[in-house]
Amino acid sequence: MSLLSVRREVGEFRKRYKWMAGFVVLVFTVLIGRMMDLQVVEHEHYAEIARENVTKTLPLLATRGIVRDTEGRVIVTNRPSYDVYLTPSRIREGDIERLETLMGLSEEARARFEQRLEEVPERRQTHQIRFFTDVSRESLAALETHEQDFLDDHGHSPLDVVVAPVRTYPYRSLGAHAIGYLNELRPDELAELRGAGYHLGDLVGRTGIERAWESLLRGRRGYRRVLVDEDVEIDPALLADDRPELVEPVPGRDVTLTLDMELMRIIERAFRGRASGAAVVVDVRTGAVRALFSKPSYDPEAFTTGLSREEYAELRDDPFRPLIDKTIYETYFPASTFKPFAALAALQEGLIDPAERVDCTGIYSIGTGAGARHPRCTGTHGEVDMRRGLVQSCNIYFYHLAEVVGIDRLAHMAQDFGIGRRCGIGINSEASGFIPTREWYEQHHAWQGGLALNTAIGQGDTRVTLVQLAMAYAAIANGGTLYVPQLVERVSAPDGTVVEDFQPRVRRRIHVEAQHLAYVIDAMYGVVNDDLGTAHQARLDHPGDVTIAGKTGTAQIGGRILSEEQATRAVYERRAHAWFAGFAPVENPQVAIVVLVEHGGSGGHFAAPIAIQVLQEYLGAREAATTASARDVLPPHGAHGDAR
Amino acid sequence: MATLGKGIREQFDWPLFVTASAIAVIGVTNLYSATSASSRIVLADLYIQQIYWLVLGAGVAVLVAAIDYRHFERFGWFAYGTGIVLLVLVFLLAPEIRGSQRWIRIGAFSLQPSELMKIFLIVALAKHLHNDPKTEGRTLRDLIVPAAILAVPMLLIVRQPDLGTALMCAFIFASIMLLTNLKWRSFLTLIGTFVVSAVPIWVFGLQTYQRTRFLSYFDMLFGENPDILGDGWHTYQSLVAIGSGGVTGQGFMQGTQSQFQFLPDRHTDFPFSVWAEERGFLGVILLIGLYMFLILWGLRIAYTAKDRFGAVLAVGVSAFFFWHTAINLGMVCGLLPVVGITLPLFSYGGSSVLTSMMGIGLLMNVSVRRLSF
Repeated sequence: MSLLSVRREVGEFRKRYKWMAGFVVLVFTVLIGRMMDLQVVEHEHYAEIARENVTKTLPLLATRGIVRDTEGRVIVTNRPSYDVYLTPSRIREGDIERLETLMGLSEEARARFEQRLEEVPERRQTHQIRFFTDVSRESLAALETHEQDFLDDHGHSPLDVVVAPVRTYPYRSLGAHAIGYLNELRPDELAELRGAGYHLGDLVGRTGIERAWESLLRGRRGYRRVLVDEDVEIDPALLADDRPELVEPVPGRDVTLTLDMELMRIIERAFRGRASGAAVVVDVRTGAVRALFSKPSYDPEAFTTGLSREEYAELRDDPFRPLIDKTIYETYFPASTFKPFAALAALQEGLIDPAERVDCTGIYSIGTGAGARHPRCTGTHGEVDMRRGLVQSCNIYFYHLAEVVGIDRLAHMAQDFGIGRRCGIGINSEASGFIPTREWYEQHHAWQGGLALNTAIGQGDTRVTLVQLAMAYAAIANGGTLYVPQLVERVSAPDGTVVEDFQPRVRRRIHVEAQHLAYVIDAMYGVVNDDLGTAHQARLDHPGDVTIAGKTGTAQIGGRILSEEQATRAVYERRAHAWFAGFAPVENPQVAIVVLVEHGGSGGHFAAPIAIQVLQEYLGAREAATTASARDVLPPHGAHGDAR
Repeated sequence: MATLGKGIREQFDWPLFVTASAIAVIGVTNLYSATSASSRIVLADLYIQQIYWLVLGAGVAVLVAAIDYRHFERFGWFAYGTGIVLLVLVFLLAPEIRGSQRWIRIGAFSLQPSELMKIFLIVALAKHLHNDPKTEGRTLRDLIVPAAILAVPMLLIVRQPDLGTALMCAFIFASIMLLTNLKWRSFLTLIGTFVVSAVPIWVFGLQTYQRTRFLSYFDMLFGENPDILGDGWHTYQSLVAIGSGGVTGQGFMQGTQSQFQFLPDRHTDFPFSVWAEERGFLGVILLIGLYMFLILWGLRIAYTAKDRFGAVLAVGVSAFFFWHTAINLGMVCGLLPVVGITLPLFSYGGSSVLTSMMGIGLLMNVSVRRLSF
C-alpha cells in the first residue's frame, strides 16, 4: 500500500467527520440545556419534591372529648386500640407465616391478608402500612412475646404495633340514640370537609351528641415530620423548610350532659318486657333533660368499628326500628295526653264552667244525615264534669268541650305549650309534630265539625314528639314556664377548666292563669290517685311514696294492612300505643316524665306503671339520699282526692 | 514488538488516557455514594467490584492497545464469530433474570456477550469496509453484506430480549455506514423502510412492558398529568434527583433521592442522576464535558488515522461512546424512554466496563500508530 492510496482511501471520510462532530456538539448542547432547565430553572420545584419524598408526616391524632352525665359518670370515652403495621420491604422469609400463626388468622383471613400485601405498590414498600386494627389481647401478647423473631441482622422489624384511641361507650346501647355514634368519613364527603381539617379514614359523629357537638369533641390533629428512613445519616438542615417539625394535637373538649345515666338505667329496668317504646324525663325547673330513652337500641361502638352490611341490614329491617330515635325524631298521636291542654284552652277562654256536667252515655252524635258520625267513648261515665272528664279520660266530655271551644282555640293553647313546633333540643333532626287548625283543614281536606273532636282527644292529625310533650307537661308542673330542653350542661377542657357553662333557657311564659293550671293539676293528681283514675291501679301504695300527677293516653292506630307479612304482625301493629305523661312530686314538682309503649295497649295498664315505677325509684332514692325531712304528704288539692 | 513499544511510549495519547481515567475515577466515587445507602441490600461493596473490573479492563485495554490494530484485521472474522457463538450460548446457558436471558456465568462472574458484541461488530464492519475500499456512492446492494454482519448478532440480541443493546448495535452500524459515501437514494430508501416497518414492529415485535415504557415516555414528556406514580415513577424520581441538585449539588453522600433509595437502579441505569444530585449543575457540566471531549477526541483520532480500518475502528468506538452517553443522559433527564442503556465507564457492570475499556484500548491503538508505517 502506497502512502498515496492510503491517504486517498482515508480522505474519503474526511468531510463527514465535520458533520459528525457537529452532531455530537448539538446533542450535548441539548442535554446540557435540559440539565440547566432541571437544575437551575426548576431547581426549587424539584428540591421541594425531594424534601417531600424523604420526610413523612406522622399524624398526631387528637383525643376526642369525653362525654359525661350530670353526675360526672363517663358515658363516652376512648380506649386504646392496638393496630398492627407492616413495612413490606422489611419482610423476610417466614415472617408472614409466623405473623399469621401468632395472630391466629383463619384461612380466609390469611388469604385476604396476603392478597392485600401483594397489592402494595412498589413505591409504598418502604412505608408502614396498617394491616390489622384493634387486635385482640391474645394476639397482642403473642406478638410481644415473639417480637425478637422478626428482627433482622440490623435490628429492624417489619412489624410495628401502634396504639390508637378508639371510641368506647361504657353504657353500650343505653342512651345510644341521644349519645350517637361515629363512623368513617366517606371519600365523597372528604372533598367538602378537607378544609375543616378532616382526613381520609377520620371518624365523624353521625348522630346524637357525637354529631351535634362534633366540632368541639374532635379537637385538632397535629403532626410530626420525620425522615422516612431513620437509618440514613443526612444533614437535617437539608430538609428544612418553613413548616414546623412538630405541631402538637389539640385534644377535643369534654362535654357534660344533663342526662342522668342512673335514671336511664331505672327506665331501662322499668321497660323490661316491653319490646318497643320510649321515655323522656325533664327537670321542670330548668328544662334540663334527665333521660332520653328509646327502645330497642343498638351498640354505638359497633358502628364506630365498622358494621358489616348484614349487621346493618338486620338493624334497619328490625320491625321495632332500633335505628329510630323515638324521643325526638318520631312523632305520635298524643291521644288523651292532649286532654289537659284542651281543658286549659276551655278554662283560659272562660267558655266552660268546669263544674258543668256532661252526660256520657258511651256514644256521641255529631252532624246529621249522611255525614252523621257516632264516635264511642272509652266507657259509660254518666255525669261528668271537667275534672272527672280528665280523671276518667271521658271522650264524650271532650267532644262536647271541643264543640264549644272550637279547633283553633285548642290549637292555639297547644301551640303555646310548644306542641307542633320544634323545641330546639339540638340533636337528631328533631321532628316538629303538628297541630291542625281550621284553616289547615280547609286547605287540605273538607272541613267537618268532627275534626275538632278528634283534635281534642289527641287523635286525627295531631302529632307530637315525646320531648315536646315532656316540655309541655313540665310547663304545666312549673306554673307555665316553657323551657328550651337543655341537653348539654357545660363544655370543659381536658384539664377540667370550664369553657362554657350553659344556663337554662326560658322559651316563653305561657298565657294561662295559675288557677286554671291548679285545676288541671288537681285533675291529673286524680288520674293517678282517685279510685276511678285511669292510672290508679298502676299506683304503688308504699308509705312515703312520691306523689304523682299525670295523664294516660291510648293512641288508636289506624291504617290498612298492606301485605301478608304485615298481616302476621298485625295483631301487634294494630294495638294502640300506650302513653303516660306526668310529673312529680305534685307538691313540689321536680321532673316531668313521658312514657310511650309502642303498641302496648291501654296507657293506664302499660305506660303508667312504667312511669310511676321510674318516678318512685328515681325521686324516692333522691329523697332518701338528700333529706329525711318531713314531707307534706297531702297534695295541695287533696280535698278533691277521694270525693269523686 | 520493539517498534510497537516505542510507538506507544512516544505517541502515548495522554488526553485520551486522562479523560477516560477521570470518568472512571469519578464513576467509582459516585458508585460508592450511590450504593452505600443500601446497607440492607448486597450492594455495599459494589464500588470495590467496580475497581476490580476497571483494573481488569485496564489490562485488557493495554493488551488491545499494544498489539498493532492492523493485526486485528486478520482476526476480525474470528472475533466476530466468537461473539456470535457466545450469543448463541446465552440461550443455552443463561438463567432467566427478570424475563430475559443476558448473562453467562463464568465462575463468580457474569459475562454479558451482547456488550462485547458491540466491539466485535465494530471490528467486523471495519474489516469489511477496509476490504471494500469503494469511494463512489454505495447503493443498497453494497449494503447487503454489512447489513448481514449487523443482522445476525442483532436478531440474537433481540431474542434475549434486550432491545436497548440491539438498538445500540443498529446505531453504531448506522454511524459507521454514514461515514461512507452512501447514495442519497439508498439513504432515503433506508429511512423510508424504517418508518414503514415501525408500525408492525410496534404491534408484533415489542413486549407489552416495552410498549408501556415508550407510552410512559410520551406521557411524561408531553402528557398533561403524567402518571408519575406508576409507569413514569423511575423517570420522575430521576428528574427530582437531578433537579434537586441545583447549581452546586447537595454534597457527597448527601443526595436524598439516592441515599433514601428513591432513585431506581442507581448503580446501573441512573448513576448520572446520583452525580447530578450530589454535585449539581457544575458537576454535570464537568462530566458531560468529559464525555464530549472523549467522543470528539475519538473522531479526531479517526481523522488522523492512517488507514480505513483504523478510521472505521475509531469512528465505531466513538459512536459507541456517543450513543451510550447520549441515550443514557437523555433517559435520566426524561428526554428519552427508559431503555436500560448504561453510561460507559460510569455505570456499574463488568461487561460494560470491559467493553468500554476495550474501546479505549482500540482508540489508543489507532491513535499511537497514526504516524507509524
